[in-house]
Amino acid sequence: MTNVESLWVYLHETPLLWLTVTLAAYTIADGISARAGRRPIANPIVIATALIIAALLATDTDYKTYFSGAQFVHFILGPATVALAIPLVDNFKQIRRAAVPITLALVAGSATAIVTAVGTAWLLGAPHELLMSLAPKSVTTPIAMGLSQTLGGLPSLTAVLVVATGIFGAITVTPLMNLLKVTDPAARGFAVGLASHGMGTARAFQANVLAGSFAGLAMGLNGLMTALLVPLLTLLF
Amino acid sequence: MIAALTLLLLCQLGGEIIVRLLALPLPGPVAGLVLLAAGLAIFGRVPESLRSVSTGILRNLALMFVPASVGIITQIDRLETYGVALAVSIVVSTLAAMTVTALVFRWATLRVNRSETREGPAS
Repeated sequence: MTNVESLWVYLHETPLLWLTVTLAAYTIADGISARAGRRPIANPIVIATALIIAALLATDTDYKTYFSGAQFVHFILGPATVALAIPLVDNFKQIRRAAVPITLALVAGSATAIVTAVGTAWLLGAPHELLMSLAPKSVTTPIAMGLSQTLGGLPSLTAVLVVATGIFGAITVTPLMNLLKVTDPAARGFAVGLASHGMGTARAFQANVLAGSFAGLAMGLNGLMTALLVPLLTLLF
Repeated sequence: MIAALTLLLLCQLGGEIIVRLLALPLPGPVAGLVLLAAGLAIFGRVPESLRSVSTGILRNLALMFVPASVGIITQIDRLETYGVALAVSIVVSTLAAMTVTALVFRWATLRVNRSETREGPAS
């Protein structure tokens, strides 16, 4: 009994366990997503997250211990972002041809994302630091957390809001675009990448590579645009 | 494969250095993306090993978001108090942003195509 206990105490603290749990949860989640015909509601990120949170709660493990193992997966986000250059270069001709729609959609979409997020929460009575935490929620986590800090928001809350936005956009983009009768993969990809950063981009790559390229492009451009627009908010709120 | 991974990390490292030296409001990896894209544009083609490694990583992009996503458990107290306001805000704003972006994109694409056809077959 004590042997089992000391083994658990050892395993519980080692990065190996939580790295393995992360990969296992994702493998299961991806399998479920595939069996569900890649329907948007069966989002692999949501399923994997739910499985892992259940495991953390069941074993009374805190996030810090979990992240000591999961950080190895988290780290690959960096090179993965750099790797988005390849589909971008592959589709460079289409992107250059779409320079005008890209520019206009970027400015309109970026401003809409910021103003509607902060405006809605303000109407619902959320305090100032929450509004500032929400403002950069459509952009990729490292930019969003930096902006939240500058604005006087709570970076750790922003990280969560970014994730929630990413998941919600990834789940709703397909039905929304079908409803709006937008069929162009470039427009669909650009919209989800702008509103839902890397998670939206991951979803767009599931649909097709062209949509994924435009999503990755939108993610990068909206990171810049939001960094430029968000400081204006401090004048309003 | 290792050479391709090294190239990705070198671009990221270069990106981090540029962002810090110039104090740009950008994450290092995004600057690294720009570096790699510029490099590939100059080089003229994507090397096969870089393509296969990158495709492999991007195919599993969703996995890399899982650790950050699990971080939701650290914010449960705040979500209990303001969860509804935050959730409504995210729903409204994400749908609005996607709608506006897609419609403006489509409208501008149609405008550009129409003016190109009007100018005739010269192009």
